[in-house]
Amino acid sequence: MAGSGDILLNVEHLTMRFGGLAAVDDLSFAARQGDITALIGPNGAGKTTVFNCITGFYKPSEGRLGLCHGDASVWSELEALTASGKRSIGRGKSALYQLERMPDFLVTQQARVARTFQNIRLFPGMTVLENLLVAQHNRLMLASGYSLLGILGFPSYAMAERAAIEQARVWLDRVGLTSRADDPAGDLPYGAQRRLEIARAMCTQPVLLCLDEPAAGLNPRESAELNDLLLAIRDEDAISILLIEHDMSVVMGISDHVVVLDYGIKISDGAPDEVRNDPKVIAAYLGVADQDVAKVEAEAGL
Amino acid sequence: MTAAASERGKLTNAFCDAGVTALLAFGLFLPLIGFKTGENIRNELILTTRWPLLFAVVGIVGFGRLFYSLTLEPWLKQRTLRPVQTAQPVWRAVLAKWFIPFAIGFVIVYPLMIVAINGLGGSVKWIDNFGIQILIYVMLGWGLNIVVGLAGLLDLGYVAFYAVGAYSYALLAKTFGFSFWILLPLSGCLASFWGILLGFPVLRLRGDYLAIVTLAFGEIIRIVIINWVDLTNGYAGISGIPRPSFFGVPFNADDNGFAAMFGLEFSPIYRTIFLYYLILALALLTAFVTVRLRRLPVGRAWEALREDEIACRSLGINTTNTKLTAFAMGAMFAGFAGSFFAARQGFISPESFTFLESATILSIVVLGGMGSQIGVAIAAIVMIGGTEIMRELDFLKEIFGSTFDPTQYRMLLFGFAMVLIMIWRPRGLISTRNPSVFLKERKAISAELVKEGHG
Repeated sequence: MAGSGDILLNVEHLTMRFGGLAAVDDLSFAARQGDITALIGPNGAGKTTVFNCITGFYKPSEGRLGLCHGDASVWSELEALTASGKRSIGRGKSALYQLERMPDFLVTQQARVARTFQNIRLFPGMTVLENLLVAQHNRLMLASGYSLLGILGFPSYAMAERAAIEQARVWLDRVGLTSRADDPAGDLPYGAQRRLEIARAMCTQPVLLCLDEPAAGLNPRESAELNDLLLAIRDEDAISILLIEHDMSVVMGISDHVVVLDYGIKISDGAPDEVRNDPKVIAAYLGVADQDVAKVEAEAGL
Repeated sequence: MTAAASERGKLTNAFCDAGVTALLAFGLFLPLIGFKTGENIRNELILTTRWPLLFAVVGIVGFGRLFYSLTLEPWLKQRTLRPVQTAQPVWRAVLAKWFIPFAIGFVIVYPLMIVAINGLGGSVKWIDNFGIQILIYVMLGWGLNIVVGLAGLLDLGYVAFYAVGAYSYALLAKTFGFSFWILLPLSGCLASFWGILLGFPVLRLRGDYLAIVTLAFGEIIRIVIINWVDLTNGYAGISGIPRPSFFGVPFNADDNGFAAMFGLEFSPIYRTIFLYYLILALALLTAFVTVRLRRLPVGRAWEALREDEIACRSLGINTTNTKLTAFAMGAMFAGFAGSFFAARQGFISPESFTFLESATILSIVVLGGMGSQIGVAIAAIVMIGGTEIMRELDFLKEIFGSTFDPTQYRMLLFGFAMVLIMIWRPRGLISTRNPSVFLKERKAISAELVKEGHG
């Protein structure tokens, strides 16, 4: 399946330096439409930094992050967009974005890249339903006439809110939280909070969903349910997923394409089976015996 | 150990406790109450001692502690051991349902009730001091509640916007002669403009830093008012501010005044009653807008911002604009209240806009429970009504001597209220959060889950 679709996200020469430390060094990879792309690597490899760059939480030191909406032929405009210095360029229904030029909230609002966090970030004092409505903020804001029509009680807002609740209900059903819709999110068990965070990200109607360790802290059964949910998001909703994960049953089970990072450098890139048997990946994950270091280093090109 | 022995042990402990407490009180009150400095006839500083008063106070503290450990403490312990009642008692549901309509009805008939009881002459004090004064603070509390309670931005300089509203009304009304009804919205706009102006630089700050900067902003406004004598007349303040009219009909003794027009005998009470209903309408407007905003995306975004700002940004919410709207809305209501204040007093000076006012409004919000409208209203009534009642306690002079002035102790009232609330309800009188939307049933959210915000 890998390499089948058109390129959705194109990361070129991404470098992120914190002082003298290069957390991510000259990373290039592409995520394709309709793929689940996994980003893996040992702790401290720079995976979350890549996520923070893509979603606008960090401004990369160097590199270009292109994202395409609609028809892939719009990629031919990339050089023109870079030269123009603008954030995005549109052609008909298609559009091209340069994510490194956008602040975090615009990445979600306009480029429609949604994300979740490694340590769950729900709104614990708000109900499950409210969490999902906050995710639909921008659409509702428009419908409420930037609050003016809403305060005056225009019916257009009431209609938009009903539609938003309807969408929230659909996602509650899909993650199995309908019965807890009116409970505070902070009261949910851990696994349910993980699922709610994914549902909340999906309520922003993204084209690319970035999940930072969604299976962390889940038991095997919950982990299997998560696999099903992610596959459904890919196949039924036709939404591409970029995934950071340590749980290899999730990575190997569902991903179409795996990128391996170690110390901020890409050491492998390909289908799960290729990556699994890559000696550089094995060395990075398991380490090697002392007598093999020279051999492996030669293989790894160090 | 026998029961009698353990009982005796408890008694000894209680007495020890009381002794230590009395000793502490003695150390604390010796310089505060025991000694008093004064001047003699040759302008020399002399030290007088007040031993009886000191020992009376220490005795009260010691016996109070003894009473607490012997009676109240066992009772409280017993209470915590009681099984938790899961079902809500019926009276609570009835109270929750009828409280708001009853309260609104009461504040509407309040002036008429007072007039019926006290007659026209004796009512001014009750409507002015207890009605208007409290309602101003209810409105300010509700306005600050948007910034502090909903958006979680700690604002220690709220009174600056109140001052902007008051001076906008005073200066524009005196200089250009605009009417109250034009200047009321204009003052609100100017105040919210200043809110946005303050908001921009402080948006990057969080928590303590935000509090310090807003505090500084409040002081800047006050000091500018004091020093820009050409415009504001400095410490002397602005007097002779035009009073609001009854839709063009002035409240005076003329032939075309309010009383004459309606065939009534002239009395200042009509203006007071009018002002009462005016501030009541403004306060209810604040409450109405806040309730509506909470159910709109912007209100939910404020609360989400208080819960987790980073998550908000990951959902595509422009946190800069969201914070600015919170600042602007809060400031606008302070501006309305300020222009009303100037119109009611007819005189304003920087004295009315000190940090103490900000602290009073903030403590009303904190005592009431951040985010709770009813809690804030109750806190305002108790605190401001309490300080007003202190003016009425003249009989205390017969106990403590003719130099005793109960109004001097109003801050003590705030202190006591704070301590009591912190012990019994650390998150304020009404600390549960009411969800803005529900699928099947509306359940209150316990305060433990709701965040206070990081600024």
